[in-house]
Amino acid sequence: MSNPSELELSRRGVLTVGAVTAIGVSAPVLAASENATTGASTPTIPVSFEVNGKAEHLSLDPRTTLLDALREHLHLTGTKKGCDHGQCGACTVLVGGVRINSCLTLAAMHEGDTITTIEGLGSPEKLHPMQAAFVKHDGYQCGYCTPGQICSAVAVLDEIKRGVPSHVSANLTDRPRATGAEMRERMSGNICRCGAYSNIAEAMAEVAGARA
Amino acid sequence: MKFDTPAGANPTDRMAVLGKAHTHVEGPLKTTGRAKYAAEFQDAGPDLAYGYILGAAVAKGRINSIDTSAARAAPGVITIVTYKTVKPLKTGGFFVQRMLAGPQVDNYHQAVAVVVAETFEQARAASALIRVDYAREKGSYDLAASKDTAPPSPTEEFGGPPVIRVGNFERAFAAAPVKVDETYTTPDQAHAMMEPHATIARWDGDKLTCWSPIQQLDMGKRDLGMIIGVPKDNIRLITPFIGGGFGGKGTTQSDLALAAVAARQAGRPVKLALQRPLMFNNTTHRPKTIQRIRLAAGRDGKLTAVSHDSWSGNQPGGRTEPTALGTRFLYGGENRLFQRYLARLDLAEGNALRAPGEAPGMMALEIAMDELAEKLGMDPVRLRVLNDIQHDPEKPERRFSSRPFVQCLEEGARRFGWQDRPTAPASRRDGRWLIGMGMAAAIRGAPIAKAGARVRLDRAGIVTVETDMTDLGTGSYTIIAQTAAEMMGVPIERVNAKLGDSTFPMTPGSGGQLGAASSTAGVYAACMKLRETIAQRLGFNSGDVDFSDGQVRSGERSVPLTDAARQGDVVAEDSMEYGDLAKRFEQQTFGAHFAEVAVDRFTGVTRVRRMLAVCAGGRILNPLTARSQVIGGMTMGIGAALMEEMAVDTRFGFFVNHDLAGYEVPVHADVPHLDAYFVDEIDATMSPVKAKGVGELGLSGVAPAIANAIYNATGVRVREYPMTLDKHLDQLPTIA
Amino acid sequence: MKAFTFERATSVQDAAAKAGSVQGARFIAGGTNLLDLMKIEVETPTHLIDVNGLGFDKIEKTREGGVRIGALVSNTALAADMRIRRDYGVLSRALLAGASGQLRNKATTAGNLLQRTRCPYFYDTNQACNKRKPGSGCAAIGGYSRQLAVIGSSDKCIATHPSDMAVAMRVLDATVETVDGAGQTRTIPIADFHRLPGDTPHIDTNLKAGEFITAVTLPRPLGGEHVYEKVRDRASYAFALVSVAAVIQRDGTGRVAVGGVAHKPWRIEAADAAMPQGPQAIASRLLAGARPTHENAFKVPLVERTLAAVISEARAA
Repeated sequence: MSNPSELELSRRGVLTVGAVTAIGVSAPVLAASENATTGASTPTIPVSFEVNGKAEHLSLDPRTTLLDALREHLHLTGTKKGCDHGQCGACTVLVGGVRINSCLTLAAMHEGDTITTIEGLGSPEKLHPMQAAFVKHDGYQCGYCTPGQICSAVAVLDEIKRGVPSHVSANLTDRPRATGAEMRERMSGNICRCGAYSNIAEAMAEVAGARA
Repeated sequence: MKFDTPAGANPTDRMAVLGKAHTHVEGPLKTTGRAKYAAEFQDAGPDLAYGYILGAAVAKGRINSIDTSAARAAPGVITIVTYKTVKPLKTGGFFVQRMLAGPQVDNYHQAVAVVVAETFEQARAASALIRVDYAREKGSYDLAASKDTAPPSPTEEFGGPPVIRVGNFERAFAAAPVKVDETYTTPDQAHAMMEPHATIARWDGDKLTCWSPIQQLDMGKRDLGMIIGVPKDNIRLITPFIGGGFGGKGTTQSDLALAAVAARQAGRPVKLALQRPLMFNNTTHRPKTIQRIRLAAGRDGKLTAVSHDSWSGNQPGGRTEPTALGTRFLYGGENRLFQRYLARLDLAEGNALRAPGEAPGMMALEIAMDELAEKLGMDPVRLRVLNDIQHDPEKPERRFSSRPFVQCLEEGARRFGWQDRPTAPASRRDGRWLIGMGMAAAIRGAPIAKAGARVRLDRAGIVTVETDMTDLGTGSYTIIAQTAAEMMGVPIERVNAKLGDSTFPMTPGSGGQLGAASSTAGVYAACMKLRETIAQRLGFNSGDVDFSDGQVRSGERSVPLTDAARQGDVVAEDSMEYGDLAKRFEQQTFGAHFAEVAVDRFTGVTRVRRMLAVCAGGRILNPLTARSQVIGGMTMGIGAALMEEMAVDTRFGFFVNHDLAGYEVPVHADVPHLDAYFVDEIDATMSPVKAKGVGELGLSGVAPAIANAIYNATGVRVREYPMTLDKHLDQLPTIA
Repeated sequence: MKAFTFERATSVQDAAAKAGSVQGARFIAGGTNLLDLMKIEVETPTHLIDVNGLGFDKIEKTREGGVRIGALVSNTALAADMRIRRDYGVLSRALLAGASGQLRNKATTAGNLLQRTRCPYFYDTNQACNKRKPGSGCAAIGGYSRQLAVIGSSDKCIATHPSDMAVAMRVLDATVETVDGAGQTRTIPIADFHRLPGDTPHIDTNLKAGEFITAVTLPRPLGGEHVYEKVRDRASYAFALVSVAAVIQRDGTGRVAVGGVAHKPWRIEAADAAMPQGPQAIASRLLAGARPTHENAFKVPLVERTLAAVISEARAA
C-alpha cells in the first residue's frame, strides 16, 4: 500500500535540501533530511537450532539474543521480554530441557541446540498439564510473565525429580521433595507483579502431586 | 440508558453465570503464549522499524547541543527524533510530563532522542553514539528538605480542596485524654509491571494506528492527540491484552507518543519499547509522602478528633498524592482536619499507582490506629468496630450506600484466629523467629462512569460483545462475557467478548477500580436493548420476556434465541449513564487485612507467614478472578511493607535503583498461601449490575497490617516504609 | 550494545592467545553478567570468543584429596554435585543462595568469580564511576550506598563484589588455575584473586590479559559444620546485604568469610582465630577499621548478628 505521508516525506526531502529550518512550522516533521540513507547493514552470522521440534536456520546480527531471535525473527512472541537483563524471568525457555533466561544469551551461542518455548509445550486446543493447571488455579493475571512461569514450573519439577537441591532444602544430601517451600524458592526467578504466586504454587502442587 | 434510582430486580439477579467462579476465558491463550500483546503485532507492516530512546543524563537542565551525526551514520539507522526535528510536543490531559526533552530537561531519563533503525540492535547501538551537551541546573529532589516550605496544594479533581475542616479539631485534640501524634513516610514506588511500555505505531495518511498497552483507551487517544497535535478521531488504539499497568499505563506515556512521532518522521511503522532501566525515571510513579496523623479518643475508645496532614512533591502542574481520601470516610470523630501540601520536585512525575491516595494513606493511618489501640489498651479490631460510622462524617445527612465494614473486621478476625494474637509485643518466639500478628482496615472509593457496549447475536447463536474496555489481567474479558451470557440467557461459551480497540464503544477503561462495575453496566445497557429488539423480532409483545437456556419465553410461548438472527445479525448498542446517586450516597469498598509475620531475631529480616483479607466490593461478579485481584493486591502490599523503595539520589536528582534487580518487588519465596474472602454484598446504588471493584481495595491496608504485625513481633515501632531490617536492627534485643 | 565479531573457540590455546592479542577481545561462557553489561555499554568488547565448546565442565577428585572444578561447570551442576554437597556444603549453600534457577543453569564457575559489582552507579553510564571509567570519579560516595562496601574501600570506589560462591570459596581456601596464550599455567590462591579497589578500581582481579581460568581447586574437605547465611530484603533472587560463610568445628574453632561488605570476599586471619570467642570478638576483628557510609552503617552490627545466627545454627546441628 502506498503511504501518502511517506510520499510527502520523500518529496519534501527533495524540495528542502539545504532549507531545513524553513519547513515544518506548520508540519510536525521538520526535517526529512534527518532520515539517514540506510544501506550500511551489520554483518550477520549463520546459526541453526531446533525450536519446538522445527529446524531453524537464521542469519543474525551477532548481538541478537536468543530472546530477540525467537520474538523478532521467528515471531514466536510467547516468550516475553520483561526486563532484558535477567531480572524478571519472563523470557524463560528450555534449552536441552534446562531452563535459562533467553535474554542473557546470544542466539549464536546455541548452534545445534534444542529449544522449547511456551508454544512448544502445548496449544490452546491441547494444553500441557502445567498450562491446564495454571488455567484451573488462576495462576496468572495479565499473562505477561506466564509463559516464563510455566516453562520454569515444568523445569522446576524436573529439577526436583533429578535431585537438585535448593536454598531451602533442610539437608543438602537428602533428596528434595516438591513441597510448597521448595517450589516457591525455585520459582523465585520468575517475577509476577500481578501477584499470582499463591495460585501458581497451587497449580504446581497439583501437577507435582499427579506425578508423585 | 440512564441509571438514577437504585436498581430493583433485574436479569442479573438470576446469577446463573454471574457470580460463579469461571476461569479466565483467555486463559488458554495466555498460558500457551498465543495471547498477543501490543508490541507483538509484527504484521503492522512489512517495513516495521525499531525505535530506541536515549534518556536524559541530567535531572534538570538545558540541552546546549545534540550531535546526532555519528548515530545517523551508524549501520541501519533510518532517522533520529529530537526536539529539533519535531514540532514541540504538548502535554496530555492527565499526565503533565513532557514526552521529549529539549531544550529544557525536566527530569532524569526524560527522552532526549529516539533512534529509528532497521533492527533493534542497530537502534540501541546508535543511541549510544548521540552526544548531548547539557547545562545542568539546580533542581529540587528531596521531599523532606522541601516539606516546611511546601505550599498547600491546589484544589484537585481527585484530592478535593487542600483543607477540610469539620468541627474544631485543635480544641478537641487538646482536650482529649488519649491521643496519637506521629509522622509516617511512604517512599516513591514503581509500578514495575512485567510488560514494559511498548508500542507499534503506523501512519496511513493522516490516520494513526497504535498498538499500545493503554488502560484507558479513550483517554489515551485524547492525550496522544493533544501531545502530537492530531485530531483524536484520527487515532486508533489497539491492545487486546495489557501485561500489567497498575496506573502506569493509564494513558499516553512516552513509548506511545514517541513511537507515533518517530513513525511519522521515519515514514515507516515503528516499534518502540522502553528499556527496563529507563522506565523508573522516564515514566510516572507513586510519589513519596510524609504524613502526620493526629488521633484523639476518649477513654472509651471513641474518636473525638481526626487529622491527616500530607506532603508530597511533583513537577509543576502535577497532582498531590491524596492520602487522606480514605481517612475522611473510614472512622467517626466529630472534629476533623485534613491538609494537603505539594512541594515542587524535579523528579519524574508522581501519579496514580493502584489505589492512589488510599494505599499510602492507609499505610500511615492504620499504624496510627494501632498505636491508639495500644494506648487505650484496647484490641485493634474492637477499636475499629467501635468507630464505625454509617454516615459521611462531613455531611451527616449522606449515608453510605452500603457499608459491611464491621462484618469484614469480625469475619476476618474469626477466620484468622485473631483471638490467638500475642497481646504483648515481643512476647512470642518460634526458634530464631519473633512472631507477631497485626491487622489493618481497608477502604477504597467505588467510582463508576459512563460506559458503552455493542452486542450482536448472530445466526450461530453467538453473542459478540464489543467495548473499548481493557483487560490487564483483571478478568474483564471473563466478567463481560459472564454479564452478556447472563443477560442473554446463553452459556458463557456462546459469548465472544472483544475488547481493547478504541473503535469499539467507549468505556472509562481500567483505572481507579471502576472498570468492572462500569463496563459490565455498559454491557447490561446494550443487552437490554438487544433483548428488546429480539423480543420484538420474535413477536413478543409483553414486557415480561425471559431469556434463559437459549430460549426466549413469555407466558406459555418459548422460542429459540437463535431464531431472532435467522434473517441476519441482531445488533444493539447502548451505554449506561449516571444520575446523582454518587452524590446522594457515599460509595466505598471496605475490607480488613490480617497478617502474621516472623522477624529474625538475629538479622531483623521480616518474612510474612500468612495473610488473610475479607473484602466487601458489592456483587462479586466472578469469585475466582476477584479473589485473584485481591491476593494480587496483598502481594503488592507485601512489597510495599517490606522492600519497595525507589531510592532518590538527592544530589543528582534521580531514582538510583532503576531496574528490577535494584528495585525489589516480592518473589515467590516472599509470599505464603494467601486467603481472601468476600462478604455477601449487593450495592443497588451503583448500577443494575450492583457491583463495585476490588482490585485496589486488595492493596489498601495490606502494608500497615504487616507493619503492625512487625511491631507486635518486636515491640519496635517503625514509621518509615519499607520496613527493612536496618530500620529496627539497633533496637532489637541484643543477641546473647 | 556495540557491534562485535563472534567466534566459537576450538582450542583453549588459540582462545587465550587471541584474547591476549586482540584489543577488546573477551571470552564469553554463560554470558549472564557480560551480556547484561554489554546491553548498557558498561562492557564494550569488540570480539567475543565463545568458550562453551572447550570442555572444562568436569568435577574431579584431586590427588591431594580435594576436588577440581572445571571453569565451565554451571553453578547448578556445582551446587548439585554430591561431593560438594557432602564435603563442601558451604559452597553448595552459597551457590544456591545466589541468583535464580535459570541464571545458575547458565552461569559458570569462572564467570561467577569474574562477576562485576552491582553498584548502581557502575550500572548507570551517566554517572561518574572510576571502575567503569577510570578517573571519572565515584558518584556512589555520598550517594545511595545502602548495598555498598563498609571495609577495604577507597576514596575512589566503594563497590562490593556480588558473588556468593566466591565467599564460600574464600572460606575453603580455593585456588584458581589458569592458562595463558603462551600455554603458561599458574595457580592463584583465591585470597589473591580479587583485588581491593585502591586507586585502580577498574581492575577487579589479578588475572592478566588473555589469561583463561581452567579450574578452581578445593583442598581436602575440612569437616565441621558448613553454614552460609545470606541476609537480604527479599527472600530470594536478591544480592546480599551481608552474607557469612563459615566452617565451624565441634570445638568451636573454624573459619569465616563475609560477603556484601567489601570489594572482595572478606576474610581476616585474626577473626578466624577468634572463632571460639563468639560473634562480637569475630566481628570486631573482621571489621576493624570499617568505614561505613551513613546508609550502610547497619551492616556493621548486622555482620555481628549474622555471625551469631551462624554460630547458633552450627551449634544446633
